[in-house]
Amino acid sequence: MIAIHFPALQVVVPLLAAPLCVIVRNARAAWLIALAVSWAMLYVATGLLAEALSAGVISYRLGSWAPPWGIEYRVDPVNGLLLVLVSFVGAVVMTFSRASVDHEVPRSQHHLFYAAYLLCLSGLLGIAVTGDAFNIFVFLEISSLATYILIAMGRDRRALTASYQYLIMGTIGATFIVIGIGLLYLMTGTLNLADLAQRVPQVEHTRPVLAALAFLTVGISLKLALFPLHLWLPNAYAYAPSMVTAFVAATATKVAVYLLLRFFFTVFGASFVLEQVQVPAILLVLSLAAMFVASTVAIYQDDLKRMLAYSSVAQIGYITLGVSTASATGLTATLVHLLNHGVTKGALFLLLGCMALRVDRVTIASIRGIGRTMPLTTFGVVLGGFSLIGVPTTVGFVSKWYLVLAALERGWWWLAVLILLSSLLAVVYMWRVVEAAYFKEPAPRARKVTEAPLSMLLPAWALVAACIYFGLDTRLTVGVATQAAQLLMGGTP
Amino acid sequence: MTGSAVPFAALTLVLGGMLLPSLRGAARATAVLLLPAVALYFVWSVPDGAGATVRFLDYDIVPVRGDRLSRLFATVFAMMAFGGGLFALNQKRALELAAAFVYAGSAIGAVMAGDLVTLFVFWEVMAIGSTLVVWSAGTDAAYNASLRYLMIHLMGGVLLMAGIAGQVAVTGSIAFERMDLSLWPQWLILAGFLVNAGGPPLSAWIPDAYPEASYSGTVFLSAFTTKTAVYVLLRGFPGAEILVFLGLIMIFYGIVYALLENDMRRILAYSIVNQVGFMVTGAGLGTEMAINGAASHAFTHIIYKALLLMSAGSVLFMTGRRKCSDLGGLFQSMPLTAACGIVGALSISAFPLTSGFVSKSMISQAAADGHLALVWLLLAAASAGVFLHAGIKFPWFVFFQKDSGLRPPDPPANMRLAMILFSFLCIAIGVYPEPLYALLPYPVEFVPYTGEHVASQLELLLFSGLAFFVMLDRYLQRTLTITLDVDWFYRRLGPLAARALVGGGFRRWEFLLRTLERVAGEAGAYLYRHHGPEGRLARTWPTGSMVLWVAVLLASYLVFYYL
Repeated sequence: MIAIHFPALQVVVPLLAAPLCVIVRNARAAWLIALAVSWAMLYVATGLLAEALSAGVISYRLGSWAPPWGIEYRVDPVNGLLLVLVSFVGAVVMTFSRASVDHEVPRSQHHLFYAAYLLCLSGLLGIAVTGDAFNIFVFLEISSLATYILIAMGRDRRALTASYQYLIMGTIGATFIVIGIGLLYLMTGTLNLADLAQRVPQVEHTRPVLAALAFLTVGISLKLALFPLHLWLPNAYAYAPSMVTAFVAATATKVAVYLLLRFFFTVFGASFVLEQVQVPAILLVLSLAAMFVASTVAIYQDDLKRMLAYSSVAQIGYITLGVSTASATGLTATLVHLLNHGVTKGALFLLLGCMALRVDRVTIASIRGIGRTMPLTTFGVVLGGFSLIGVPTTVGFVSKWYLVLAALERGWWWLAVLILLSSLLAVVYMWRVVEAAYFKEPAPRARKVTEAPLSMLLPAWALVAACIYFGLDTRLTVGVATQAAQLLMGGTP
Repeated sequence: MTGSAVPFAALTLVLGGMLLPSLRGAARATAVLLLPAVALYFVWSVPDGAGATVRFLDYDIVPVRGDRLSRLFATVFAMMAFGGGLFALNQKRALELAAAFVYAGSAIGAVMAGDLVTLFVFWEVMAIGSTLVVWSAGTDAAYNASLRYLMIHLMGGVLLMAGIAGQVAVTGSIAFERMDLSLWPQWLILAGFLVNAGGPPLSAWIPDAYPEASYSGTVFLSAFTTKTAVYVLLRGFPGAEILVFLGLIMIFYGIVYALLENDMRRILAYSIVNQVGFMVTGAGLGTEMAINGAASHAFTHIIYKALLLMSAGSVLFMTGRRKCSDLGGLFQSMPLTAACGIVGALSISAFPLTSGFVSKSMISQAAADGHLALVWLLLAAASAGVFLHAGIKFPWFVFFQKDSGLRPPDPPANMRLAMILFSFLCIAIGVYPEPLYALLPYPVEFVPYTGEHVASQLELLLFSGLAFFVMLDRYLQRTLTITLDVDWFYRRLGPLAARALVGGGFRRWEFLLRTLERVAGEAGAYLYRHHGPEGRLARTWPTGSMVLWVAVLLASYLVFYYL
């Protein structure tokens, strides 16, 4: 039965496909390999999630070494959900990528580009699937190094400095994470997450464990771009190739959020993190700052990719806000928003990729009047914007609903009001796009452009459709997220 | 048996209405007449009880629920969409009929909604649809009125939404059942309902907005918003005592202002407030007889008020005039319009053998049965007042009295047909009320045509008729006046007060505006300095400073965790 090896295949297939891309040295063949692998990984991930939902936890022993000595791959509803998100976005983005990459990356580098993408995919899936703390660090480095390469391939020369800055910050973050893991290893003598969860409570008030928590919090916050550690993100997103921006924005920060949840709730335990250490209070302040400051900055941005990058920082604020309410509802909101924002931002960045194909730099000025010449793309951006704002019948509404619910559960009326207020900021920055695209006299270039090719439009619209579909049918997203949240909070799922 | 979860009746009209602008000529006419019939069929195919539920988030949404009360309202709404559509067939503006059908469809959706969320959604669509109906008249006055109308209704919607959210937070259920006003959110819900019913102190939006719509638009407007509000009051708050008082206030408010008014369609708009007051009082009485009375009165009122407004609309359409002082003597050249107007006027006055008589008397009877002498007396007095302001005043000043010299013919065939149809209904229900009684939510034991009922009603009507002609010369002569109402406060007083507060004078006002502008500008500049593209928060930072932040954060985390 090949299905029992799914947890290993999830990582190994893209890892092996990457050198294959380099060997074939052919742009088209490399793309085909990456495409096939991406879709295969989606198939594997959905299989894993389905099994995790029905059978509970899947434990896979790599090389048949029994945990905690050997490396264990462990899939439960929490990371099963993440695997599906990452591989789904990967598959859609890969389908989209050919025309976009042809336009933005020199043809001689295509096979390297796709190889880096596959490494990145492999790393992200590996972080999610593994149950071993050191393994997490290894996969984190694989995905990060690949991401630096992908970002540096952007056409703008500033992509190089952006990538360099991300490299420095990412490395510091990874170092902090490995220091944290090291401190935990020091105190418990184990690297297996499930085993750590057993042993950490016995030593939880020792200084090394508290230091480990601090290092892990800061290290992961860097990777997930929690305000004020987000400074690497806007440039990285703005200058990377369109397809990379969409993929990284929809997956990389989400995987980092998963790491945070995994360490907070599985390893350290909900009661320790939420009640004995003041994590929620700090997260609350930083989340609110992210929501308001980053959204306000987004309002003033002229470059649309940069604008959406700042909006991502703000949305990450919503995600961590759910954690800071310290309740199962809040955690559900976090998980749902993780998915929803992944899909929404993926859709928006792909659509910007469609525009970039026609007008190169997508700015408020360059897309004036583009609603007339690229109606499908522009309308997709409007729908994605609805989801970002949280209009009912879009996914954005569902997660904000749970967030408000979590705030009300705690009796924090003011927080509910703040959540709604910050949504208004999203209205403002999305309105600037709508105004430029529909109500302004066309810019000279925007007048002559034609609609993007179907190979790009269809995948982008698939994500837009997902925004609407999951806004109406919440069984999958909310159902799984609720189960996962209860699992994390320590209740029976 | 559970029904479908899809509100077919509502969707037929809403989606059909949206398609109307793309149709022309005979196809459009067919669609206009067919859609309400299809909707009526769907209304009657909904079985009793809650339909299938749709799970959304943690709630069970019941998009469709059928019972006698909702079916009664949905039926008359569909009939109204048909009659109004027929009357408006020659309306040139494509937007109006489309908006009116969306409006009618969402009203049907609202009365058949099984839960508060569905109700709220249709409630808001109604607000948008009706605003567009006002707006599509195309005049500046209509545009301004539609904005004021929208503001009031959005405010009502916010009240309702806050109430629903509170209700859900407190009870955890979105079911729309009878509420006993024991929780504060229910008061908000009641307030939201009353805004749409035209309850005090915000009754003024009805005469402010409705007469500004086109000759055919007003016909639609008179039917749906206020009657949907009556329906939700009957379902949600039957027997709430406060409604009796509010209803009585509305009744007399409507009479007094209608007597003072000069614009024929504003007279009729005020009389909507008055008539809805009867229904709200019925809801407040809350007995089976009162509920039956209020529901049947809503049914008959929709028909005769539409008839009156069709008659007034025909006059407006043919003459372009709407003030009583400009009209008169039209019965010679518009005999059919006059006759139909008189049938409507007799119905609204509850003359025996008309539809008003068989429905309104039930509400008075309920007051009498409950031994509420004062309420009964006031209702009786109000019945006389209705005859004065709508029963005689409207037809007298428009069709008789002095000769204005106008000789317009009767309106086009479709408008004549619609009026004949509704006149027929008014008299048919009055003569043979049993089919209507069979539709009512509770079994009817009431017999309208007893000697006592007929005699007392005739006495009342004849004496008030006498009073009208006695007072005609001294008190009721039409002059070119504008009646001040509550809307004056937000239309005129608000801006005036704002100016007065800053010391009077236009220059000071300008100064205030400039100051505000400067403050806002500086706040904007401050934001821009920090958040703008070159601002501290948006700049690309040197890598070193980023790392410094990391160190600061790590240190503070360590301190916090160790504490």
